Amino acid sequence: MSAATIVTLPDQSTARIPKMNFLTKENGLLSWLLTGDHKRIATLYLISITFFFFIGGALAGLIRLELLTPQTSLMAADTYNKVFSMHGLIMVFFFLVPSVPATIGNFVVPMMVGAKDLALPKINLLSWYLYVLGGCMMIYTMAAGGVDTGWTFTTPLSTHYLNTNVASAATAVFIAGFSSIFTGLNFIVTIHKMRCPGMTWFRLPLFIWSNYAASILMVLGTPVLAIVLVLVVLERTVHIGVFDPAYGGDPILFQHLFWFYSHPAVYIMILPGFGVISEVISTFSRKRVFGYTAVAFSSVAIAVFAFFVWAHHMFIMGISNYSAIVFSLMTMLVAVPSAIKIFNWAFTLYKGSITFETPMLYAFGFMGLFTIGGMTGVFLGSTGTDIQLTETYFIVAHFHFVMVGGMLMSFLSGIHFWWPKWTGRMYPEKLSQLAALTTFIGFNLTFFPQFILGTLGMPRRYAAYPPEFQALNVFSTAGATVLGVGYLLPILYLTWSLKYGAIAGDNPWQATGLEWQTQSPPLTENFPEIPIMDHEAYDYEWLEKQQQKEVASVG
Amino acid sequence: MSDSTATANGAVAEVHHEHPSYQRHHFESVEQQFDTTNFAMWLFLLTEVMFFGGLFTSYLIMRNWYYPAFVEGSHQLSIFWGTANTAVLLCSSFTMAMAVWSAEVRRKGMLLLFLGLTFVLGIGFLGIKGIEWHEKWEKSHVPGLRYSEASFLNPASDKEVYKEYHDKPLAPDMAAKTEQYFFLYFALTGMHALHMVIGVGILIFIMVRAKSGAYTSGHVTFVENFGLYWHFVDIIWIFLYPLLYLISRY
Repeated sequence: MSAATIVTLPDQSTARIPKMNFLTKENGLLSWLLTGDHKRIATLYLISITFFFFIGGALAGLIRLELLTPQTSLMAADTYNKVFSMHGLIMVFFFLVPSVPATIGNFVVPMMVGAKDLALPKINLLSWYLYVLGGCMMIYTMAAGGVDTGWTFTTPLSTHYLNTNVASAATAVFIAGFSSIFTGLNFIVTIHKMRCPGMTWFRLPLFIWSNYAASILMVLGTPVLAIVLVLVVLERTVHIGVFDPAYGGDPILFQHLFWFYSHPAVYIMILPGFGVISEVISTFSRKRVFGYTAVAFSSVAIAVFAFFVWAHHMFIMGISNYSAIVFSLMTMLVAVPSAIKIFNWAFTLYKGSITFETPMLYAFGFMGLFTIGGMTGVFLGSTGTDIQLTETYFIVAHFHFVMVGGMLMSFLSGIHFWWPKWTGRMYPEKLSQLAALTTFIGFNLTFFPQFILGTLGMPRRYAAYPPEFQALNVFSTAGATVLGVGYLLPILYLTWSLKYGAIAGDNPWQATGLEWQTQSPPLTENFPEIPIMDHEAYDYEWLEKQQQKEVASVG
Repeated sequence: MSDSTATANGAVAEVHHEHPSYQRHHFESVEQQFDTTNFAMWLFLLTEVMFFGGLFTSYLIMRNWYYPAFVEGSHQLSIFWGTANTAVLLCSSFTMAMAVWSAEVRRKGMLLLFLGLTFVLGIGFLGIKGIEWHEKWEKSHVPGLRYSEASFLNPASDKEVYKEYHDKPLAPDMAAKTEQYFFLYFALTGMHALHMVIGVGILIFIMVRAKSGAYTSGHVTFVENFGLYWHFVDIIWIFLYPLLYLISRY
């Protein structure tokens, strides 16, 4: 690792955390539970999603342990079904969907656009309460014996054949869905109406563009999921409905409606991650993001295409060949804006002054893993190969490369990047670099063998498998252990850094975003007075001039 | 920015502009606040469109598949009550629009009158809906809980409806699909009624606040946004009425 660094910390012997900041403004539990401050709500969200991440992670550990041997050795087959269903539900709806938007997004979006708060602070708080309520329902579901439909609530399995807690799980997701609708709605309104003077659309940081695109998906997609879940629960309760073929319903209709949300949901999960990567890559290569406009519009393009590709989840479910062809072509189209992003980040790095702080390491991990995840998505989008590969471990590996290798990496990248702003303190650099490396190695060890397993024909969602697959499964389980260490480390050292980390100062990374031009941790109102944006995004020369001016005025 | 960095570590420079009490602290002006919340309301209505969209999609597919069952199912609904309810709801939209106008011209008495009328009409709608649902229960047309296909296998047994429509008996498999029609009927009208109940609840809140003059001092945002919601729920009904009641008539 290069010794070069852009980190500039204030003199530690004299530096202090500002006495007045959003954390110290008010004290007591109530001041947190009734807060309207987007930064406090983001903190609440961060704690809650970390909690659910570790539940989901523990379930993943159980899955990998069970798959260590070809027989059903650790748990019975139906227990295994419940474990992977709960893993999916918790990770998708209680970690990935809110991960970057509700935590990092909540924290930085108002600051990036130069506002004092999100447009609707009370709705923002309501969103967190809905999340918690949904989370409690989910925990109740788990305590009451879990649900074994998979995270997709597939009918008529969920409406007719199963005797598990489908209703409470669906209610939990329904409620959590509204929390995500409210976050998205708040972001869109804030970005439209709360920008500070001079902050034109094309001066917005790319993080804002990608969160805006994700918010569109949340606002338009999630309600459809909500009504589908209502219909599933109704159908279960009164034993008549529109999805069960036994009553003349159509299970394909369920698939259409479900994936109409759940495919865009994939982009709800990944788009905000793209935003983090844009910020990090630019900051640690000291260059404006190459092709700013193209990257900005590629986010919007992904959001638009997202609504026209859902049926690629249904190629083997009996949709017509013609619609399969159309949806396959549309799916290929999504690769274009995704590739625009990856190439533009690569060009940003070209001739940049690259340094290798932790957020950047995670970002590099993201670029590699997301590219693999995205490219294998093209395999699955082709109707021919999809029929061969779907419902095998290939698809499991594919979406874990995108969701874990992509989204989780970018989430961790973002958490490390904004941690100094959030807490006013630095995390331990060397240790966190080690964690980033561990995560990367552990991740590849876990999920790469699954691509091979999938092409060899190992089906997903079974507790047992033919003995010839064992070697690769052992690799995968071993990798999961390493991955687990990689995730535990940040929890430990980030908690440690709350008290012992070096004082970060306003702008340790010399980054250009408005959020870095105020104190860390920020004031409740974010800025002493509303800023005026008088330069383009990622203008490092502006920053340099600014600092020279300051030195001159202090001197 | 530049100035903020310089002063960031010092005390907060509280700049107090003159602004009315209803302006929330994070907005620069009342206009911005109105613009923002209004935009948020429209976005929320957009999510509602998508929400009902899922139901309407299911309805249209089932209706195309089982058209005869949907026609005979719809004959069980009372056009009289349905039309009456449409009229009630349209009137309530009118009174709601008048309420918003009264708030704008700052006439408290009139605002309370029109809010009250809207409330009464809203309750009236729910009452009529209740009568209709009760009738379904009496005739065993509540899917899942109390359902009989007699009216469709042997229409002549259902004298009142038969007198009017002279429906032919449905084949048993098609007659079974009438239950699907009523499932969608209850899902659609139920979801709509739920929105009405929420609306009436908020209306009570608004009336209490309006009494203390909260909306007649220039701050009409909340009343206006609620009006948007109320009209939206009305529009949903405008679609439900022909789709559920008038299937064979257009």
